[in-house]
Amino acid sequence: MPRVVMRVNGKEVSGEVEPRTLLVEFLREHLGLTGTHVGCDTSQCGCCVVHLDGRSVKSCTVLAVQCEGAEVLTIEGLARNGELHPIQRAFHECHGLQCGFCTPGMIMSALELLQRHPAPTEPQVRAWLEGNLCRCTGYHNIVRAILQAAEEMRQAPRPAA
Amino acid sequence: MKFGIGQPVGRLEDRRFVTGRGRFLDDLRIDGALHLAVVRSPVAHARIRSVDVTAAEAVEGVVAVVTAERMDPEGRMHIPCLVPLKNRDGSRRADPPRPVLARDRVRHAGEAVAFVVAESRAAAEAAAEAVAVDWEELPAVVDPARADAAAVTLHEAAPRNVAFDWHFGDEAAVAEAFARAAHVTRLELVNNRVVPCAMEPRACLAHPEEGTGRLVVWVPSQGVWLHRQLLARLLGLPEARIRVRTPDVGGGFGMKIFVYPEYVMVAWAAHTLGRPVRWTAGRGESFLADTHGRGHVTVAELAFDADARMLAYRVRVRADMGAYLSNYAPFIPTLAALKVLTGVYRIPAVSYGVLGVFTNTQPVDAYRGAGRPESIYALERLVDVAARELGLPPEELRRRNMIAPEEMPYRTAAGETYDSGEFVRLMEACMTRADWAGAAARREEARRRGRLRGIGMAYYIEATMGDAEERARVRFLEDGTVEVAVGTQSTGQGHETAYAQILAERLGVPPERVRVVQGDTDVMEEGGGTGGSRSLTAEGTALLEAAARVIEKGRLAAAHHFEAAVDDVVFADGVFRVRGTDREIALLELARLVASWRERPAGLESGLDADAEITLSAYSYPNGCHIAEVEVDPETGTVDLVRYTVVDDFGVVLNPLLVAGQVHGGIAQGVGQALLEHAVFDPDWGQLLTGSFADYALPRADRLPFVDFSYIEIPCRHNPLGVKGCGEAGSIGAPPAVVNAVMDALAPLGIRHLDMPLTPARVRAAVAAAGG
Repeated sequence: MPRVVMRVNGKEVSGEVEPRTLLVEFLREHLGLTGTHVGCDTSQCGCCVVHLDGRSVKSCTVLAVQCEGAEVLTIEGLARNGELHPIQRAFHECHGLQCGFCTPGMIMSALELLQRHPAPTEPQVRAWLEGNLCRCTGYHNIVRAILQAAEEMRQAPRPAA
Repeated sequence: MKFGIGQPVGRLEDRRFVTGRGRFLDDLRIDGALHLAVVRSPVAHARIRSVDVTAAEAVEGVVAVVTAERMDPEGRMHIPCLVPLKNRDGSRRADPPRPVLARDRVRHAGEAVAFVVAESRAAAEAAAEAVAVDWEELPAVVDPARADAAAVTLHEAAPRNVAFDWHFGDEAAVAEAFARAAHVTRLELVNNRVVPCAMEPRACLAHPEEGTGRLVVWVPSQGVWLHRQLLARLLGLPEARIRVRTPDVGGGFGMKIFVYPEYVMVAWAAHTLGRPVRWTAGRGESFLADTHGRGHVTVAELAFDADARMLAYRVRVRADMGAYLSNYAPFIPTLAALKVLTGVYRIPAVSYGVLGVFTNTQPVDAYRGAGRPESIYALERLVDVAARELGLPPEELRRRNMIAPEEMPYRTAAGETYDSGEFVRLMEACMTRADWAGAAARREEARRRGRLRGIGMAYYIEATMGDAEERARVRFLEDGTVEVAVGTQSTGQGHETAYAQILAERLGVPPERVRVVQGDTDVMEEGGGTGGSRSLTAEGTALLEAAARVIEKGRLAAAHHFEAAVDDVVFADGVFRVRGTDREIALLELARLVASWRERPAGLESGLDADAEITLSAYSYPNGCHIAEVEVDPETGTVDLVRYTVVDDFGVVLNPLLVAGQVHGGIAQGVGQALLEHAVFDPDWGQLLTGSFADYALPRADRLPFVDFSYIEIPCRHNPLGVKGCGEAGSIGAPPAVVNAVMDALAPLGIRHLDMPLTPARVRAAVAAAGG
């Protein structure tokens, strides 16, 4: 079986994987990072979004072996020293989550949106979330949370990792 | 008080979810767990000629390949339907057996015929693929409107595919009223079948418990007790030998209440093999094996007198049960739907008949609202159509027929007693917020842009309670934690916060000290689970009772401690005081103190810990007005929902933040049903054509607007908190509001009614047919 080495949440990790192993399986089954969820089998739901070299990807659509040498950020790596990222905090403050299953993917997706567009409009936020399904919130408070986080991040930019 | 009842308290449970530390079923890890994969029928209806497992057993890593013959040689393992129901002739409903594994016949695509247990998921799935079944395909019964006339029957025990033929009401009185009516409005409509689609797929993990040898079964449930009861019955084990647990649940919407065949397979395999066994559904499996919702074909007729006052209501429904009766399926279109059949109107006479029919499709059972959305949809559509026919504004026809506050308590012809509600007031409040009066100008402005704009309202009422009994147990732990065990199950609603709010206020303890424990048959011996928007009405009442008992015990303990008379001890703000003295002690300190006493006075044997069991005396009736505004593009048929306003009466609101979340989510599901979602089957062969998120259209963020939500608190008189329940309301009010809005937009073209979902194709075809 091929051996794969990558950095996940700032730490070098490695594992022997079958070639067909998906990144999400590697994260969940090999590394025990179960915050990244699997909600479908057709790359529609977005519960498994992580960052791969700074871009959001659906980790059900990437093979683990494709991530050789890559930098992966998952929901577990977003808070620093116990302090929540502004997006995580905004999801809490705006009640942007209910069951919490889609939440990690939503937050990781929103992270790239705000990195690219620090001041998105409401329609931009809604359009960006086309790859993330939520069945609980009607998106109302998710959109509010992302807009609030954008505001906060503009006022107090976080130092790069 | 910042944390008390009525405050928009942020959720205590959020931190684990936003940091990826929620613990859903598939996140549980047990060393050495075997993986289970299900062999499912690729066809909707077939005889099974033979099942050959030879090739599957040869797959490396396979531990067992199990067929019905192997699992259940005597053919006894049937998942029961728990609802007794009498047909209109007094006989009992059909009760065909629902096997865990199909033996000689399959009745829906996706039905389980065998399963494989293997060392890895890949091996289990490969072996499941290798099970060879020889099928003799049969014609499928698909359309519930024609199921009772089909040439094929699914079950010997259900002639003409009829599960039940049920009726409520006074047919003669209704016929008499129709005969003297000045106007009758009649509408045929379909309440489209939908798929609940909780984002977390179902899963199961079972293992022998170390030390006790009991079987522990983890399921993503809405209450563990039903699962313990039925698993014990099916496995032939005493309930005491099974412990059922539920971790974080990623959405339920009714669908996770039920006991499914896969749970029996996993539990049986773990019990039989003596090893941990797990299964997690793929989304495709979820579509094929979860219960679906709605699926009604309805004819509804409403009779009016010359003043447009309602005289009588006649409804005939064909309800799709799918291939088998799921645990509560017959209850939904009958007794559940009946509760709000007459909505918020004075309707003196009703006749409600439901024909439950079997089709070669997935079983249908409760989905958010469960029967009440179906009733309200039919009635609120009918009222709008009637208003147009009578030449009255829809709000005027409603106003004229709404039950007035001074008529409360009001007994409806459906047999319910509404305790409270100010329907006209809420409707008018909603119209003001939605700028109902300005809609005509907005329609004209849209017309100039080539768009058809419409506005529509719906007034819903719901009946909430479910199981009338509930329990709570408060324990004071050594570390100062107040542990509260409950009989409900959060699947995302935020119970950990809501319950902590109640206890923190009543007991005057810091909310962060309160820990809610749920989802474990070892912690609570019985519970009603979560469903029917009952958690706050039922569990909230139990929590109040438990808190009251803690306080009574505390007064006893404080009196003992201070050597005072119990009558002189008062409790306020978390502190017991002896009247007329400066002696006082805080509740948590007192709990610790009592725990340290070697000898305790009578009544304090278990310290301040308290159990409560309550029984609600009656249902609660949340209600409210939804107003939707849409723009239709006549050239593409696209419907844009541009404005949404809702004013609800949920009685006393415990946490406005959580309530708003429930309303937003319910509306999104209702809008989904109205505009997008539809479980579509091949009409001849019964294949589910919308079996993935690529085909089944869940609402996405860009299809929904912000919701203008507000509430008016008219306390419920049927429970001490005065709460009415808010979980299902949005999904009840939204479908008729949205469809009424679209029909308002299309009215100038002479289009009277279209069935949900109002997809671009359906709307465009109607516009084209109308010459647009």
